[in-house]
Amino acid sequence: MGKYTEDELEKELETQEYKYGFVTDIETEKAPIGLSEDIIRLISSKKNEPEWLLEYRLKAYSAWLKMEEPTWAHVNYPKVDFQDIYYYAAPKPKKQLDSLDEVDSELLEMYEKLGISIDEQKKLSNVAVDIVMDSVSVKTTFQDTLAKLGIIFGSFSEAVQKHPDLVKKYMGTIVPYTDNYYAALNAAVFTDGSFCYIPKGVRCPMELSTYFRINEAQTGQFERTLVVADKGSYCSYLEGCTAPQRDENQLHAAVVELIAMDDAEIKYSTVQNWYPGDKNGKGGIYNFVTKRGLCEKNAKISWTQVETGSAITWKYPSCILKGDNSVGEFYSVAVTNNYQQADTGTKMLHLGKNTKSTIISKGVSAGHSQNSYRGLVKISKNATNARNFSQCDSLLMGNKCGAHTFPYIEVDNKSAKVEHEATTSKIGEDQIFYCNQRGIDTESAIKLIVNGYAKDVLNKLPMEFAVEAQKLLAISLEGSVG
Amino acid sequence: MLRIKNLHASVDGNEILKGLNLEVKAGEVHAIMGPNGSGKSTLASVIAGKPDYEVSGDVTLNGKDLLDLAPEERAGEGVFLAFQYPVEIPGVSNVNFLKTAVNDIRAYKGLPPMAAKDFLKMLKEKQALVELDKKLTSRSVNEGFSGGEKKRNEIFQMAMLNPKLAILDETDSGLDIDALRIVANGVNKLKSADNATIIITHYQRLLDYIVPDYVHVLYDGKIIKSGTKELALELEEKGYDWLTKGVESSELKVKS
Repeated sequence: MGKYTEDELEKELETQEYKYGFVTDIETEKAPIGLSEDIIRLISSKKNEPEWLLEYRLKAYSAWLKMEEPTWAHVNYPKVDFQDIYYYAAPKPKKQLDSLDEVDSELLEMYEKLGISIDEQKKLSNVAVDIVMDSVSVKTTFQDTLAKLGIIFGSFSEAVQKHPDLVKKYMGTIVPYTDNYYAALNAAVFTDGSFCYIPKGVRCPMELSTYFRINEAQTGQFERTLVVADKGSYCSYLEGCTAPQRDENQLHAAVVELIAMDDAEIKYSTVQNWYPGDKNGKGGIYNFVTKRGLCEKNAKISWTQVETGSAITWKYPSCILKGDNSVGEFYSVAVTNNYQQADTGTKMLHLGKNTKSTIISKGVSAGHSQNSYRGLVKISKNATNARNFSQCDSLLMGNKCGAHTFPYIEVDNKSAKVEHEATTSKIGEDQIFYCNQRGIDTESAIKLIVNGYAKDVLNKLPMEFAVEAQKLLAISLEGSVG
Repeated sequence: MLRIKNLHASVDGNEILKGLNLEVKAGEVHAIMGPNGSGKSTLASVIAGKPDYEVSGDVTLNGKDLLDLAPEERAGEGVFLAFQYPVEIPGVSNVNFLKTAVNDIRAYKGLPPMAAKDFLKMLKEKQALVELDKKLTSRSVNEGFSGGEKKRNEIFQMAMLNPKLAILDETDSGLDIDALRIVANGVNKLKSADNATIIITHYQRLLDYIVPDYVHVLYDGKIIKSGTKELALELEEKGYDWLTKGVESSELKVKS
């Protein structure tokens, strides 16, 4: 009989395999292993960077040397040997690429395995894709269409060459290199990422999208993304990540800075499925990310994330609600399985009057994983009539995993209204049986129930990616019941 | 159609069904009545395959051994249980739930998924049949439904899945007289020469609307008396005492 037990479910979850575990055989150009001033100089010169940027990197590096790795997160992992990492790896292109047809066929094949055929994307969806493989942005589509509107969207390195003033003006203003250990490391060694500028009053007509992929073994990926929405503008940005299966842990330390000027709105969505390690907890990505946005007057920043990958996730997309009437939102689904550990959440810093923030966090823990929500809501003295609503739900599968909630609330203004709700539940056997009785097997029932549980967040994703995210949730919890 | 022979079921070592026999033919409606704790809901759960029970005996549907099948396979064979306490599934819309159920059952039968257009057409038809508010079909499965709405939703699902054997587990409890009539109407309209219905109930009231061919009294895990609809009236009048007195000590001849 197909009797459903927690044990069986666990077994099923353990046997799931990472779908994107393949290595592409492309010649890469790597810097020597390890980190030093020389490596930083090498990266900077490879990228033909202006002097001020090299100086910025070196300052960040010397700051980083004096910092200590944070230990407050609810995660456990062996110490990272920063001298055992390659900090620069670029695929060797045969020549400058003018069109997609010229892209390395193995590369294209890999994109297809990832389900992101660029041709398809170009034709079918209204999506501009900037693909960052390891450290160099290979090709950007739709750039011309966007250029007509004055929108700048492309790789960070390209922006450094073409729009150095904009980069210099905004880079590091939201996440300074002194911010934290990983942000400092990123500032020193970042290799590429995306840059986006939306001019005043322009509404970006398409979803801007970037896929990141770590390919080369033992390479750290340190991408740096900067999105600037000028007054009254709007853009929606989607970031997707995958990494091939490898035994060594790979380090990923990204910095994302968003600036929403008066009346501007930025929607930033992430679908993250970095390699989570195998079922015994071997391998997997260490993902230490600093993401923060600044809202000026009447501006709005909305973070949506679907996190299913990485061995370790350390990530708190945050909003500084500086301007009056500004709005910050954080919608998150984090799935951990096997030995994954996630410590993720947000910070909402209310500085301006009538500022509003909403936090909806949905954790799903399976296997031996640990899933923590960590969030700060801070209402400062001058933030009159600030409002926050937080909802943190945890769904547990089996009895070897853990779900934890660490909400921090600091209120310095009496007019503030702060609400916090939290629930913890297990997928009920009665729910499974109800589905079974209607002809739905246990595996499909779990997918249905988990997707239903995460719906409030999935609904916030752009349409074309909500479907992808749903599939990803299903894959993360895939297997067959005996 | 349904043949139950010497069915025993226990949970955590307590025997609840103690050698139950029942035969239901296509086109028939059977009512099962009995005092609290007699095993009525257990019978429904065991036929549907709820995993909490240890079961022995024979249960066949059109010759197929149900006890060998997983609950979803039994559903595929045409078993439907209208739950006494329908379960809420937050965030999953009724439509999506039913689409999954309809297509999974079709897949079990080796049929391709139903075209979206046909599915919507059927949805509208069946919705009208049980006078279900349109808003409820797009809402999450049973979430925030009133007791009556949940029961009506069960009959709606039954209409959508078109089972061979429908078991209604106290579907009448918690229904007001109008809802009762609507539910009963739905069941009556779905009745055909090819399917059968088992109604589990405490009250004769529902049987005014859905007229049973047979009425059985379940007591202490066995059927102790069977009769026609008149038996239900008699029970309404006299209660169960006249039947249950001395059952433990004396062997009662049961025809079924």
